[in-house]
Formats: sequence, C-alpha cells, structure tokens
Amino acid sequence: MNALDYLVLVGTLVGIAGYGMWRTRGRRDLATYLKGAGDTRWLAIGLSVMATQASAITFLSTPGQGYENGLGFVQNYFGAPLALLVIAIFFLPIYRRLNVYTAYEFLGRRFDQKTRLLGAALFLLQRGLGAGITIYAPAIVLSTVFGWPLNATIICSGLLVTIYTVTGGSEAVTLTQKYQIGVIFAGMVAAFGVLLARLPAGLGFGDALTLAGGFHKLEAVDFSLNPDRRYTIWSGVFGGMFLALSYFGTDQSQVQRYITGASLRESRLGLMFNAIFKIPMQFFILLLGVMVFVFFQFERPPVFFNEAAWRQTAGDKRTAIEAEFAGAHAAERRQLETWIAARHAGDSAAAEAAHTAVVAAHSRADAVRGEAKQLVAATPGAKANDADYVFIGFILRYLPHGLIGLLVTVFFAAALSSKAGELNALGSTTTVDFYRFVIRREATDAHYVAASRWFTAFWGLFAIGVALAANLAENLIQASNILGSLFYGVPLGLFLVAFFLKRIGGTAVFWGALAALVLVWTLYATLSISYLWYNVIGCGACVVFALGLQAVMGGRPYSTAGS
Amino acid sequence: MSLPGVPTSESTGLPGLRSWRGVYVFVLGVFVLWVVLLTVLTEKYS
Repeated sequence: MNALDYLVLVGTLVGIAGYGMWRTRGRRDLATYLKGAGDTRWLAIGLSVMATQASAITFLSTPGQGYENGLGFVQNYFGAPLALLVIAIFFLPIYRRLNVYTAYEFLGRRFDQKTRLLGAALFLLQRGLGAGITIYAPAIVLSTVFGWPLNATIICSGLLVTIYTVTGGSEAVTLTQKYQIGVIFAGMVAAFGVLLARLPAGLGFGDALTLAGGFHKLEAVDFSLNPDRRYTIWSGVFGGMFLALSYFGTDQSQVQRYITGASLRESRLGLMFNAIFKIPMQFFILLLGVMVFVFFQFERPPVFFNEAAWRQTAGDKRTAIEAEFAGAHAAERRQLETWIAARHAGDSAAAEAAHTAVVAAHSRADAVRGEAKQLVAATPGAKANDADYVFIGFILRYLPHGLIGLLVTVFFAAALSSKAGELNALGSTTTVDFYRFVIRREATDAHYVAASRWFTAFWGLFAIGVALAANLAENLIQASNILGSLFYGVPLGLFLVAFFLKRIGGTAVFWGALAALVLVWTLYATLSISYLWYNVIGCGACVVFALGLQAVMGGRPYSTAGS
Repeated sequence: MSLPGVPTSESTGLPGLRSWRGVYVFVLGVFVLWVVLLTVLTEKYS
C-alpha cells in the first residue's frame, strides 16, 4: 500500500462516517433514533439489509472458497429468497401493525413478558458474543498481510463504527450502509474487470469457463441425496431457508433494518430486492474466486497464500518445495498453451489430450501445495488453511495502486456496515426490552435516547474487548461461534409458534423453549453432528414441547401480558 | 392474519405488478430461473 492507497482507504471510510454523523446530528426522540425518520425508501432498506448480512469475511473468504471449491457454496443461499417471501408475507405486516422497536416486543404482545425477555436475552447472548468476530476476522487477515499492529487495527475500526452508530443511531447506520455498499460493489466490479483484462491474450471468457469446468470449479448445483456431500440443492433450500428465516425474521440486527421503512410497501420491496439479488451477488463473488483460479494457472501463485506464515517455516524445506512447485507449475503452463492452441485450431482430439495433460500437471502442482500446507501446519501457531489470503494476495500483486486502496476499503466498509447493524440492534434491544421495560418505565424520550447511546457504546467497547481477547485465545472465537449456532434454533421456534400456532400461550412456549435449550445443550455434549442440525433440533423441539405442554395444561391457552 | 394481542387494522406501486401476489410470483420465478441457469452452467461445463 502506498500513500494513494492509504488516502483512498482513510478518506472513504472517515468521509462516509463523518457524512452519516453530520446528516443525522441532533436526534432527540427515541423513535427517530431507533427507527429513523420513517421515510426510508425500499432501495435504502434493501441495501441496508444486504450490507448488514455481508461482512468483511464475505468479500475476503468467499473468493477463496470459489478458488478452492468452485461455485457449489452458492447453494447455501438458495433458501434465502423463500425465507424472505415468508417474512414479507407473514412477519412484516405484524411487526408494522404493532409499530414495534424490536422483534421481541411482538413476543411480549403475542405471549407474555417473560417470553419477550427470553427472546431478547437469547439475542443479546448470541449477537453479543459474536460481536467481536465481525471486527476480529478481517483485522487478523489484513494485519498479517500488511504488517499492521493487530490490536491497533481492531481498536481503530471498532472505535470508528461505535462513534458514528452511537451518534446517529439507526438513520446513520442506514445512510452509511448505502454508501458503503456502493463502495463495495464498485471495488468488486473493478477487481473483476482487472482480472479478466489480465488473463492471457487468446484466452477468452468462454475458454476460461471451459478451463475452470475441467477442474470441476463450475459445479454450482448438486442434486445428490448423499448427506455426506457438503453443499447440495437440498441442504441449500431446506437448511438455508431455515437459517435465513431465523436470521432475517427474528434477529433484531436485520429486523431493525427493514422496520424503518416509510410504509409496508417500502419495507416489503426492500426485502424482495434481497430475495432477487442475494443469489446473483454470491454467485458473482464465487465466480471472481474461480477466475482468480484460472488466472493463477497461467501466473505462478505463491506456493502458500499466507506468505507471512510461509516465511516462518524451515528454510531448507521451504526452498525445496518452492523449486518443486515452480517446476510443476511451468509444466502445467506449457500444457495449457498447447490446449489453447488446439482449441483455436479446432482440433478437438488434440485439445482433449492436452486438457488431460493439463489436469495431470495440475495434480502434481496441487500435491506440492499439499506438502507446503503440511509444512506450515507443523509450525507452532500457524494454520494450514490459506483460503482467506487468496483474494487479498491477488489484489496486492496484480492491482494498480489506488485500486489496492479501494479493495482494502471494501473489506473495511463491509466490516463496519455489518458491525453497525449489530451494534444498533444490541443497543436498541438493551434499551427497549430491558432498561425501559424492567428498570425504568417512566422517563422522557431524551433520557431513553441517552440510555440507548450509552448501551450502544457499551456493546461497541465490548466487541473491541472480545476481539482483543480473541487475539490471545484463538479458542474464544471457536466458542463464540458454537454458542451463536446453538442459540439460533430456539428463537425461531418461539416466533414460528407465535405466528402460526394461535392456540399456544406464553407459559407453554416459554417452558417449551427452555426445555429445547436444555435438549440442544445435552445433545451438543453427547453427539458430534453439524451445527446446522442443532438449529433444526432447537426449533423443532421448541415447537413440539410447546404443543405438548399446552395439551397437558389445557384450559385457557393465552397467558395474560405481564404474567 | 389475526393473532392474539395484535391489532387487526396494499398497493405495490410497481407498474405491471399491481398486486402483491404478482410480486411474490415474480420473485419466485426469478429464483427458479437462477436455479435453472446455474443447473445449465453445471451441466455445460462438467
């Protein structure tokens, strides 16, 4: 990074944050602070929902996922449009009719106050614990690549997002997200354009796709019923719909984005915008990774993309592996040139033979890369997975200055936009569902706005603290991820009962949810299954237990508010 | 949809899609189109 790159990075990030704070200065009433001025249009809502979901890891890691495994990961998003339709039809009209600040207020109105507090507490627990990861994950990659001090990277990005979220509230979050997502799209399109322009002369886009297909990188849809397959259309549609329903429908960090609409129509269209563009967006990011893969068949990549970790390995072994990799890659490149010449000559038999030779040569280069990963894995404290470093490695080697700054801005803008949505929701839920409801019921709007600012600041500093602690204890990140996954199913069960099972009351669903949490924890302690299944089990158990308890209790199903 | 505790009290603003049912069918159609296109891509290059 040179001075121009730093100017683009700092100027863009601080400029957008400053503009958001200036535009939303002087907000004094709670409704405006937590839900905006009530005039947000569908495009701003749609972009805000998209920006909250797409974190820095989306843009750092997903191209690496495309590079390593191809397009199959796109299937994980097949359930999102279906979930967004369900939310637009059933959830959203109820949220708007009740004019709620948080999704958990709905639980209080539909059931009782203890169920509301349970839903809000589960959200604070899972989102609060995950708060540091949004900042930590990109900071660890970027500080490794650029040699920046990790703690300073975490503190600077964490404080910037906390300051503008505390100052401007929900309106500032929506406003800044609109510009941040614009920067993100511009950066990714620019990177894709440069990548295509740098492919070898004579290799058209169709040739690049054929080459990628030969390496099984374009297998976007898998209809296999084999449960051992990582990504299939079935796990994508059903598992993905389940996760998306839970995330978009019951997680306050998303609910707060779309209840700010000027009308039901604007909020609905914002959700439909995401239902239409979510899959193509993920496809584009994965395809970018696939094209980076094609590019690196012609340009020799580093044998291991996390070059800082690679430099820590034993010198003599490292030199031998690098020499072997260079030879294997050169052999593959020669076969590739033969393949392109045969294709352009229309000699399909020669092209077929050359392609077989290309795949064989690539396997040899891949085997050497496997040795490199083993060497890194043997180094204390190093990780053998370098997928997160593929895209940033390409950017630093092959993009011109200025564009490097823009792409690094993309990663930070994505981190800030998703973090802002989370902090805004954590502050709102703490204020509305706990402070205003449990601690201080009668106070002025200005008092609650001040309280909300303090709570948002607390969560911002808490997130920075978690990220700094994660640097000391890597397993803290793992623990946060596990806890977040385990708590995701039960809240969806609460909301599904609330929306679709009218005969079930608050007491039955409250105890049913607690029993489901105990069941999930017990299974987690005794089984070794994918986290996705804990979400399904948690939700299903909550619904079944609530139905069973209501049947046993009989009588009047609806518990009264306040019980 | 009426729910206990929820008060009971519609244009799309889109030219050509005047009912929400039409909007939902359109979105579902786009989803199916994406799955079909990605399936064709998979078949063509595998």
